[in-house]
Amino acid sequence: MNQHTSIKAATGWRRWVYTTNHKDIGTLYLWFSLIMFFTGGLMAMIIRAELFQPGLQLVEPNFFNQMTTVHGLIMVFGAVMPAFTGLANWMVPLMIGAPDMALPRMNNWSFWILPFAFLILLSSLFMPGGGPNFGWTFYAPLSTTYSNDNTAFFVFAIHIMGISSIMGAINVIVTITNMRAPGMTWMKLPMFVWTMLITAFLLIMVMPVLAGTVTMVLTDKYFGTSFFDASGGGDPVMFQHLFWFFGHPEVYIMILPAFGIISTIIPTFSRKKLFGYHSMVYATVSIAFLSFIVWAHHMFTTGMPLAGELFFMYSTMIISVPTGVKVFNWIATLWRGSITFEVPMLFALAFIVLFTIGGMSGLMLAITPADFQYHDTYFVVAHFHYVLVTGAVFSIMAATYYWIPKWTGNMFHEGLAKTHFWLSLVSVNILFFPMHFVGLAGMPRRIPDYALQFADFNALISIGGFAFGLSQILFVVVIVKCIRGGKKAKANVWEDAEGLEWEVPSPAPLHTFSTAPTIK
Amino acid sequence: MKTDEYYVPSQSHWPIVGAIALFVIAFSAGLLVIEMHNEKASPIGHYGLVVGFCILIYMLYGWFKNVIHESLSGMYSVQMDRSFRQGMLWFILSEFMFFLILFGTLFYARMLSVPWLAGEGNNEMTGQHLWPQFNNVWPLTQTPNGEQNGFMSWQGLPLINTGILLVSSVTLFNAHKSLDNNNISHTVLFLVLTIVLAFIFLTLQFNEYQHAYQVLGLKLDSGIYGNTFYILTGFHGLHVTLGATMICVILIRTIKGHFNKDNIFAFQAVSWYWHFVDVIWIILFLFVYII
Repeated sequence: MNQHTSIKAATGWRRWVYTTNHKDIGTLYLWFSLIMFFTGGLMAMIIRAELFQPGLQLVEPNFFNQMTTVHGLIMVFGAVMPAFTGLANWMVPLMIGAPDMALPRMNNWSFWILPFAFLILLSSLFMPGGGPNFGWTFYAPLSTTYSNDNTAFFVFAIHIMGISSIMGAINVIVTITNMRAPGMTWMKLPMFVWTMLITAFLLIMVMPVLAGTVTMVLTDKYFGTSFFDASGGGDPVMFQHLFWFFGHPEVYIMILPAFGIISTIIPTFSRKKLFGYHSMVYATVSIAFLSFIVWAHHMFTTGMPLAGELFFMYSTMIISVPTGVKVFNWIATLWRGSITFEVPMLFALAFIVLFTIGGMSGLMLAITPADFQYHDTYFVVAHFHYVLVTGAVFSIMAATYYWIPKWTGNMFHEGLAKTHFWLSLVSVNILFFPMHFVGLAGMPRRIPDYALQFADFNALISIGGFAFGLSQILFVVVIVKCIRGGKKAKANVWEDAEGLEWEVPSPAPLHTFSTAPTIK
Repeated sequence: MKTDEYYVPSQSHWPIVGAIALFVIAFSAGLLVIEMHNEKASPIGHYGLVVGFCILIYMLYGWFKNVIHESLSGMYSVQMDRSFRQGMLWFILSEFMFFLILFGTLFYARMLSVPWLAGEGNNEMTGQHLWPQFNNVWPLTQTPNGEQNGFMSWQGLPLINTGILLVSSVTLFNAHKSLDNNNISHTVLFLVLTIVLAFIFLTLQFNEYQHAYQVLGLKLDSGIYGNTFYILTGFHGLHVTLGATMICVILIRTIKGHFNKDNIFAFQAVSWYWHFVDVIWIILFLFVYII
């Protein structure tokens, strides 16, 4: 019985809304992520416009706080995570030789929950009282005692995003454990598949934690419980423990797939096998394990017992070992390779350097006594934007350029894409590098106004921000042009690229590997 | 199982119906909570919630109907069956994590925040300065700001309920065994017994809540002891309700003759879930009631 080939392809809106096809759903995720990237980016532009000069210029402080909050939420839950899920949807079945994701209808459900969740979240911005304004970390009591009435919408939006993530993660794990083509043993899995497997595991472990935490925020705010209120025997610091027990694995949810992408691209354009494949796998697993025992390094200044401070300092520093293994493996892969500098490779190389800068500032933040100086300053902002923008987002762009010929069947415009890369590279450093300096000098994060001595650097940062934001329009131009036409792509787009995805034609037909290939 | 091919369903409209259902539920729940908080009696939230759940039930009914139909027409391979099983186990893991964090909250309150508020560790000045009368006792009968309430004893209803849930696990296990032996009438009998036990459990739990609320004065706003008690038993109760509903579904399916030795996934998934809910109760009984 060959159900899926006998049914004629649906057209129009039905194709996208009713789809069960992993490629279509992957495309939906990727478009959604791009739209959210620009929505969150617009908010970042408002933030940078306000901070261009000291004093209050454009927006009210309350609205400024809503912008920082929703910018964070959108970029984390709306841009980066769906982008990786979209890539996993598109590429994992192709890479392991599966006909589709394991549970195709649930896959569609996971996606279509997301636009509705963000509709709820964004609509609260336009209601009387405004949207969430307590930071994306929604620390109690900011989100309980001091938050506006619309907090319930934030809570329920997070709830259904969580449902979506958990179902998406179950699908990824089951696909990888159950749908591999015969002969695709664990240690033959492409690195991207490995990292998505571990990421999906982390999601299943921590999204319920987030759900429990927002539920307690809801009852504390609306039903008089005192989980996070000392007068009833609770503790606001407990909120931070719960949140970061979710939040730290969440950080790795946003970076592990990036590691997988870089480990795919670097070997292709170095024309060598990935150096130390096994150690890469073990490093990924170690990072995932360690991510569960480091959460309180976000909380060094909350007055934890000394033993806690020490434990979380050391466990955090240990993470640099597996991460270092990865960076050195990438460099060793490059070593004596015949390197060419196609656009995906440019982004991947930029990733290695810039992500490592973010990793190094992370190491500085891990040192408890030093963290008392850095805590809640722009140094932290610089740190996590280096790992998330020049880390996760750059890897997503690298992946897009790497696989878009496979998706569309056309090559992208190389000149425009290179322009996009160089403009992004320069502007992103003008944007985030000076944040280290203002942070070390003591500028706090999440404020609409600042002391005069930070003015010059902030103007520079804003200019970098606008330039980076505008450069991304080029990204859309390249994507749209590539979809509409261009030089036809071969099946194996990049010479010497390894993997099953290059054995199917470009563009990949709607259904691939209906009968599983045999892996030697 | 007649096929080796992995079944990839054609287009389906159920997921989007499900997404709309969740949207209506989430939005109405938000509205309802906010309205209750402001004591405005606007009915939109209530009606929205009802409509949302109706759409969700309609979706689940239609979706499962499709799946059951496909399963009975032999479209599912052994591999597909494995996908379902693995998916269910991962789902149960996520449920486990949800309860783990609620237990974490309980442990944090008992081991850390309550002792600290009473001045333990290096918090002596905190204790003296904020609430000098506050004592570290558990169950917490007096909150730092002086509110008093009773606490639940483990004897009586909770003990009976523990027995009921344990017996229900046994009856469900027997239903499973009878099905393996192709003894459908026994399967039905044991399933009905399980449902009755679940219903008794929920009724007793409801009585317990009434007792706690009216006699003991243990309310949602009576401090961390009551909070952890209600959130743990409340979410457990919701899971029992869901599990019992699922058992009703497999009861109907058993009567219709959907299950046999080789086609038993839905039955198994439900019984895994039920045993999981039982295990959670045992942990809960130990840490919420006894210790």
